[in-house]
Amino acid sequence: MGKIQLTKVRKSFGEVDVIPGIDLTIENGEFVVFVGPSGCGKSTLLRLIAGLEDTTSGVIDIDGKDATSLPPAKRGLAMVFQSYALYPHMTVRKNIAFPLKMAGMDQAEQDKRVERAAKVLNLANYLDRRPGQLSGGQRQRVAIGRAIVREPAAFLFDEPLSNLDAALRVGMRQEISELHQSLKTTMIYVTHDQVEAMTMADKIVVLNAGRIEQVGAPLELYHTPKNLFVAGFIGSPKMNLIEGAEAAKHNAHTIGIRPEHITVGEGPWEGVVGLSEHLGSDSFIKVDVAGLGIINVRGSGELNVHHGDRVRLAPAGKIHRFDSQGLAI
Amino acid sequence: MSTQSSRLAARLMVAPSVAVLLIWMIVPLAMTLYYSFRLYRLISPERTGWTGFTNYVWFFQSPEFWLAMGNTLALVGGVLAITVVLGLLIALLIDQPVKGQGILRILVIAPFFVMPPVAASILENLFMHPQNGLFAAIAMGFGAQPILFLQDYPMLSVIGIVSWEWLPFSTLILLTALQSLSSEQLEAAEMDGASAFNRFRFIILPHATRAITVVILIQTIFLLGIFGEIFTTTQGGPGSASTTLPYMIFKQAIAAKDIGRAAAGGIIAVILANIVAYFLMRGIGRHLDA
Repeated sequence: MGKIQLTKVRKSFGEVDVIPGIDLTIENGEFVVFVGPSGCGKSTLLRLIAGLEDTTSGVIDIDGKDATSLPPAKRGLAMVFQSYALYPHMTVRKNIAFPLKMAGMDQAEQDKRVERAAKVLNLANYLDRRPGQLSGGQRQRVAIGRAIVREPAAFLFDEPLSNLDAALRVGMRQEISELHQSLKTTMIYVTHDQVEAMTMADKIVVLNAGRIEQVGAPLELYHTPKNLFVAGFIGSPKMNLIEGAEAAKHNAHTIGIRPEHITVGEGPWEGVVGLSEHLGSDSFIKVDVAGLGIINVRGSGELNVHHGDRVRLAPAGKIHRFDSQGLAI
Repeated sequence: MSTQSSRLAARLMVAPSVAVLLIWMIVPLAMTLYYSFRLYRLISPERTGWTGFTNYVWFFQSPEFWLAMGNTLALVGGVLAITVVLGLLIALLIDQPVKGQGILRILVIAPFFVMPPVAASILENLFMHPQNGLFAAIAMGFGAQPILFLQDYPMLSVIGIVSWEWLPFSTLILLTALQSLSSEQLEAAEMDGASAFNRFRFIILPHATRAITVVILIQTIFLLGIFGEIFTTTQGGPGSASTTLPYMIFKQAIAAKDIGRAAAGGIIAVILANIVAYFLMRGIGRHLDA
């Protein structure tokens, strides 16, 4: 139903190659997250799949059919925009029913589907309000409602949670995940927030400068990053990347150690604590080690270390090794 | 602006301009009202006195008056219809990304900067003239007789001239409305399967409603008082075929030199404007809030 295949898809705006050529397969029912720093081309890629931008070259297959030159409406995809893009002059009911009305569906079926979507999304009490009278989270749900009534082959989400406050974001994240569990429809989700990517995705696509750096399950990316970019991008606090003599000991140009793979107490490295953040469940400290630079350390529970303390650190756990090209060894 | 003292201060600050505006409005209105009940003819200045409703009765009994009323409403309605419909279409057109967009927009807006009598003369002599006009040249190119616009279709010609002047205004206002529509809304509608026509019908048109309302209200105010265009072209003729209420008042004041009747006509015009405004506000005024 919702298999999407990109073959050598390229997009350039004038002289600038935003996406120099991407091959990617998205299986039916997968939750795929495109993640990357801003300007990496992830939104453009989503808009290419949606049909809102023309591909410069390459082929986009949806359900085994070539959709490269199909208009957006014919692709059977639904999109949730960052600004929600609700129609301000229509009630919630009319907003949700709009795609059905455009498809020429009869009124009874429209009402049935709108009611059902409203129930799933907890919007039943708001159907006769206008978007202007709703909170951010409710607007978000209306946008999702407008997408699900069409029963599309796949959902496209363009940074849907970035306009919500932190608490609401966590809630909506779970709701979207649950929606995916119950609908089992392909979803493509664009975000720059790696927590969203890690928690929601079946498969993460890490993009950088229009290129795919790595594709894989969240923990696969976390444990075996293919290169320095993915190693540095996935994981918070960032992986410690150390070059020079210390790396040479491990026969590598650069070594990477996750903050939780460093213990405080005994060890070969000594440094002064710069920043220490105590969250109760975790403690994050930054230690300035001579010759290595700033080292992020994450300890579970409470670490009794504070700004200005002198501590010794030891690597304990996996050490990632990278060659001079930045590729994992 | 929530505390008592700040509200009081605000009222005091606004008071002088309100007072000036009030005087500005009340004094001419009161004088017009005064003269409309007076016998005051410039040809026989020695005969003065109160005449009651004689001036008004003269207006209502004059066959020219009802024609002028009809012409005034036809002018307002016709120009509104043309400028709103064409204005919206032109705005949609010049909203498209094309090369030389800036110059194109200036060209579209340019007629608005031409003074009314000049604009009327341009259209009369360069376009509608039966010998020198462009339309005559086109008609003769096809072997047809040139149309005598001002003679055979005086009111339509005036409506055409005024529309030409006001089209840039409505285009400009509607263009800014179109530009304020978020492109994501149009894209969402496109994803939802709306055709180009349906996007216009369900997204663009509702979005532009408020701007259309503004165009209608502002233009109505100005169109009710159109005078210069008629004065430079048809002179209200042939006969009284293109006489509007303002032009009729002008004829009473300047040609017949009867200030009393002209004042009565002015008061009738004020009442007409208020009736039109009332129906306009009831009909479309609700689009202004929200």
